[in-house]
Amino acid sequence: MTLIGWAQIALVLGIALALAVPVGKWAAALAQGRLGPIAGLDRAVLRVAGVDPSRGQGWQAYLVAMLAFNAAGFVLLYLILRLQGVLPLNPQGFDGVPPFLAFNTAISFVTNTNWQAYSGEAAMSHFSQMAGLTVQNFLSAGTGIALAFAVMRAFAAGGVQQLGNFWADLTRVTLWLLLPIAIVAGFAFIAMGVPQTLEASVTATTLSGAEQIIPLGPVGFQLAIKHLGTNGGGFFGVNSLHPFEGPTALATSLQIILQTVIPFGLCLTFGRIVGDMRQGRALLFVMAGFILVATLAIYAAESSGNPIHQAAGVGSMLGNMEGKDVRFGQALAALFSATTTGASCGAVNAMLDSFTPLGGMVPLFLIQLGEIVPGGVGSGLYGMLIFALLSVFVAGLMVGRTPEYLGKKVQAREVKLAMLAVLVLPAVILGLASIALVIPMGVASLQDAGPHGLSEMLYAYTSAAGNNGSAFGGLTADTPWLDTTLGLAMMLGRFAYLIPVLAIAGSLAAKPRAPEGPGTLPTHGPLFIGLLAGVILILGGLQYLPALALGPIAEHFAMLAGTTF
Amino acid sequence: MKMQAAPALFDSAIIRRAALDAVLKLDPRKLMRNPVIFVTEVVSILVTLLAIRDAAMDQSWGFQAGVAIWLWMTVLFATFAEAVAEGRGKARAASLRASRGETVARWIPNPDDLAITAPRNANALRRGDHVLVEAGEIIPSDGEVVQGIASINESAVTGESAPVIREAGGDRSAVTGGTLVVSDRIVVRITAEAGGTFLDRMIAMVEGASRQKTPNEIALDILLAGMTIIFLIAVVTLVGFASYSGSAPSVVVLSALLVTLIPTTIGGLLSAIGIAGMDRLVQFNVLATSGRAVEAAGDVDVLLLDKTGTITFGNRQAANFIAAPGVTMQEVAEAAVLASLADETPEGRSILVFARERHGIETPPMPADARPVPFTAQTRVSGMDLPTGSYRKGAVDSLAGAVKQEIPAELAAGIDRIARAGATPLAVARDGRILGAIELKDIVKPGIRERFVELRRMGIRTVMVTGDNRLTAAAIAAEAGVDDFIAEAKPQDKLDYIRGQQNEGRLVAMAGDGTNDAPALAQADVGLAMQTGTQAAREAGNMVDLDSDPTKLIEVVEIGKQLLITRGALTTFSIANDVAKYFAILPAIFVAQYPGLMALNVMGLTSPQSAILSAVIFNALIIVGLVPLALRGVAYAPVGAAALLRRNLLIYGLGGIVAPFIGIKIIDVLLTFIGVA
Repeated sequence: MTLIGWAQIALVLGIALALAVPVGKWAAALAQGRLGPIAGLDRAVLRVAGVDPSRGQGWQAYLVAMLAFNAAGFVLLYLILRLQGVLPLNPQGFDGVPPFLAFNTAISFVTNTNWQAYSGEAAMSHFSQMAGLTVQNFLSAGTGIALAFAVMRAFAAGGVQQLGNFWADLTRVTLWLLLPIAIVAGFAFIAMGVPQTLEASVTATTLSGAEQIIPLGPVGFQLAIKHLGTNGGGFFGVNSLHPFEGPTALATSLQIILQTVIPFGLCLTFGRIVGDMRQGRALLFVMAGFILVATLAIYAAESSGNPIHQAAGVGSMLGNMEGKDVRFGQALAALFSATTTGASCGAVNAMLDSFTPLGGMVPLFLIQLGEIVPGGVGSGLYGMLIFALLSVFVAGLMVGRTPEYLGKKVQAREVKLAMLAVLVLPAVILGLASIALVIPMGVASLQDAGPHGLSEMLYAYTSAAGNNGSAFGGLTADTPWLDTTLGLAMMLGRFAYLIPVLAIAGSLAAKPRAPEGPGTLPTHGPLFIGLLAGVILILGGLQYLPALALGPIAEHFAMLAGTTF
Repeated sequence: MKMQAAPALFDSAIIRRAALDAVLKLDPRKLMRNPVIFVTEVVSILVTLLAIRDAAMDQSWGFQAGVAIWLWMTVLFATFAEAVAEGRGKARAASLRASRGETVARWIPNPDDLAITAPRNANALRRGDHVLVEAGEIIPSDGEVVQGIASINESAVTGESAPVIREAGGDRSAVTGGTLVVSDRIVVRITAEAGGTFLDRMIAMVEGASRQKTPNEIALDILLAGMTIIFLIAVVTLVGFASYSGSAPSVVVLSALLVTLIPTTIGGLLSAIGIAGMDRLVQFNVLATSGRAVEAAGDVDVLLLDKTGTITFGNRQAANFIAAPGVTMQEVAEAAVLASLADETPEGRSILVFARERHGIETPPMPADARPVPFTAQTRVSGMDLPTGSYRKGAVDSLAGAVKQEIPAELAAGIDRIARAGATPLAVARDGRILGAIELKDIVKPGIRERFVELRRMGIRTVMVTGDNRLTAAAIAAEAGVDDFIAEAKPQDKLDYIRGQQNEGRLVAMAGDGTNDAPALAQADVGLAMQTGTQAAREAGNMVDLDSDPTKLIEVVEIGKQLLITRGALTTFSIANDVAKYFAILPAIFVAQYPGLMALNVMGLTSPQSAILSAVIFNALIIVGLVPLALRGVAYAPVGAAALLRRNLLIYGLGGIVAPFIGIKIIDVLLTFIGVA
């Protein structure tokens, strides 16, 4: 670890947090329909779309609208992928995507997961990338933020049925939040050397005289939304490690900022909407705290390196540099890996498979915590609020009152729904990974034996169910079994989770908001921040410890003992 | 207030009975109500069968049997905790039942003709029947006195043996079945159906027979069930992960892991905590109609307190004398004493007491030649005529009018000051000359102000309700330190105030006894009715105070809070315990496959078997170890929520993480020492 490394981490994280302030403020304005200078434009757009933002929807109506929209998006994307051979903008002349892979990819992009069982430059036409994948990058992110708006309004309101209008929320978030930032960031990336062209490739002659085909494409703007919307699906197979997708340390830093700014900012949006900024800041503290600790853990693990290599005399002075690019260095690789997994982005600028066992376990564990620190755009916030409700429920009793969060009583219905939501991830991750590790169809996909193989499989299902989409690597993912079960995991991780969440929102919106008093559990101070972090670790993380013990933890101690598998 | 003679926390008779009940409660149909312990029982059965199988097949079975025994102990300790909690209530119910007995009532077939009575079994009485009860007889059922007045010994329900007066009309007309008429005779109209009397309800309540899960318990149960499912998933899927890793942990070991991870501690103690909370109220001579009411008490934001009897002593007392210009204080005091000598009212008595204590005037015996002048509503003046002079006291303007004298300006100013401070001035005159005035004040009960400060720290606002005018009410409100007051209150005002607060999302508690309190009692979230009150009030409230002390509302709130705190503290403790158990069991299971995992054995436990057994034993013993805390309740201090949370998180959260590390290590050392593992 170096001072420069620490400084890089502090600087990039600091900029992300600082930018979260205006982003959060603007998002709050959008959620509350205060559009200021663009109010007229917004009205015109919504009128053309036939959306009346004042017509609120109850939680069921909001849910149905959201599900219908996502189902339509899935069908459309599936068709585009299957038919890309006959669709335009296919200079490479790719065939249609095979059915299992198309199914997997369509779910993956609709659920904001962006798990990629393919290599973009070798399978996707420009049309599929632009009209298929990039469109869903915007819309899945917009869906997540819209849902978060609905949940926030439920906390702010009292005795109402309506959570807002899904169509208005989606339109506003997409047009007035995601699109402008993505355009600016897209130009920035292009300026940094990221290609944005409809050319298929250029041919270069290498120094040794060989001919090399270098794939190109409309990368720049797709890259912007890929990070901003915490989507993570790379244009190229190796994602942001590719020189055209992550050309410089500056570009990788901008990507880190983009993938955290909305999840961080939405905490502050929450604070504004409920009328108490301290509440939003407390959530932000928890999220940023986890990211900071995780980054330092990865950084420490990677810079201390692999004792087996050192004993064999092949160790690097820098520690473990395998799978990392020197143009980013360990510090930015650590921060990128922590934020991309913490924020449910899933882009990578270093190969997790090549990390030290503990360095690889941290990103895995961050996803397992439920993609809430800070989590995907929107989904991170509502996931965090579920844990806040559970924390309040347990701790609130300890101050001698029926627990309340922001004046809303947490009762049997909320606890039931929250537990249902919290159950989804362990059931899907542990259940499917455990099955895949014992059936030949699953085991055949593994690259490595021993605990590292377990980590690869566990990571795949964790990434899918957490809607992260990053790959640990080393797993042959495009098999019918994995395509199907990972697709299932993505679907359950997204929709089985958010249905109870929206139901909670409906229930909370109807409750009166009790005034705060000295007898009310304070949910903004350091005490609550610590409590929330503890509950996330114990209720959200402990259940994975047995599996982790057999994966990265066993591997770590084996590495220390010099054992290989 | 009277406390019931409470059985000791661990009365040996209760313990013996509870031990038996604990075994009877193993019936899976009953245990189904408690998901965590039910799962533990199922696992216990499974492990027992496996131990028997291994024994039958001549394999080593000692470890399996050890785990099986301690899993069963876990279940038994949980049922035992509940049985102990119930046992305390049952002991009280038995004594209540004894006092109920079988009564034969004198039924009056025709209420217009009281002369004709017929014997009728108390159980056969219907609502609306009339019965005659005379001295020495037991009142057959709950009812309302419609004729007569009697003194009644209510010790059967209240534990207080001093008789109370019950009379037709007014707010003291309710009588309770099972209580004894000590003097006179009354006609009672029955207001309860057989089996539904106050005493019946009380028995059912303290026994826990009609106990239903409270809303908060249901919510907590869901949380615990959810956690149980999560850990079930973690343990079952571990089979797959282990199999991939080339190890096959036995069902016994996985069962041990599961039971230690699921929240057995709080699962086992949850119902005991609830029963004990109700029991604490009963010890306090307050009966709640449901656990829901007790929980609501913990949530209360606003306390509506009647001024009279709750905040003040209920009658005005002399607090000062002032003298007119040219009159000595001694003269005023002497005149006041003589004017009050014949006055038997508490106010009159208080003047004598005040003169004696502050001015050293011993109360003289009533002179033989004295002629008392009684108070009448017309004159509003009372006093006494003696050969040495005539002495009068009374309302200032009335007395001034009677003696036809202008009040000196200086005295008038003093009188005005008294009135503005919310007290009542009485003028004192001798031989037609006004000498001075007596200040009569509502005396705020000592210590009540401090209680209100405590309540404020708990986040509870106190509101004083009084029929006094605004001026008087404001003065007393300031002196008592209440947050708000309702002056010139009519019953409807109370009801409106409660509704208003509830609409703003606050929970309101109030105490009341009169029939016109009934609507407000019913509207309040916690309505504490007085046992001496009317039947209507007792029906409307969701709690009855057998001592009829409205101040108890404050303690009721504290008991409600304590109940919730105890639940939260033990839940936190139970969940926090899991960390240590992972460190005990995980290395033990997989150390054969991955020797490096020994590094996780931070407690340095002797062997895999002793580690697993120690964790299971700790998990069982902690339940029984926490039974006293569950029954007694976590100590409650009236500090703010933030301070409470900090303290309880430290003790039960951090303590919950640390305690099992120590406990498991000690058990492991003992197991190693006796050579079990």
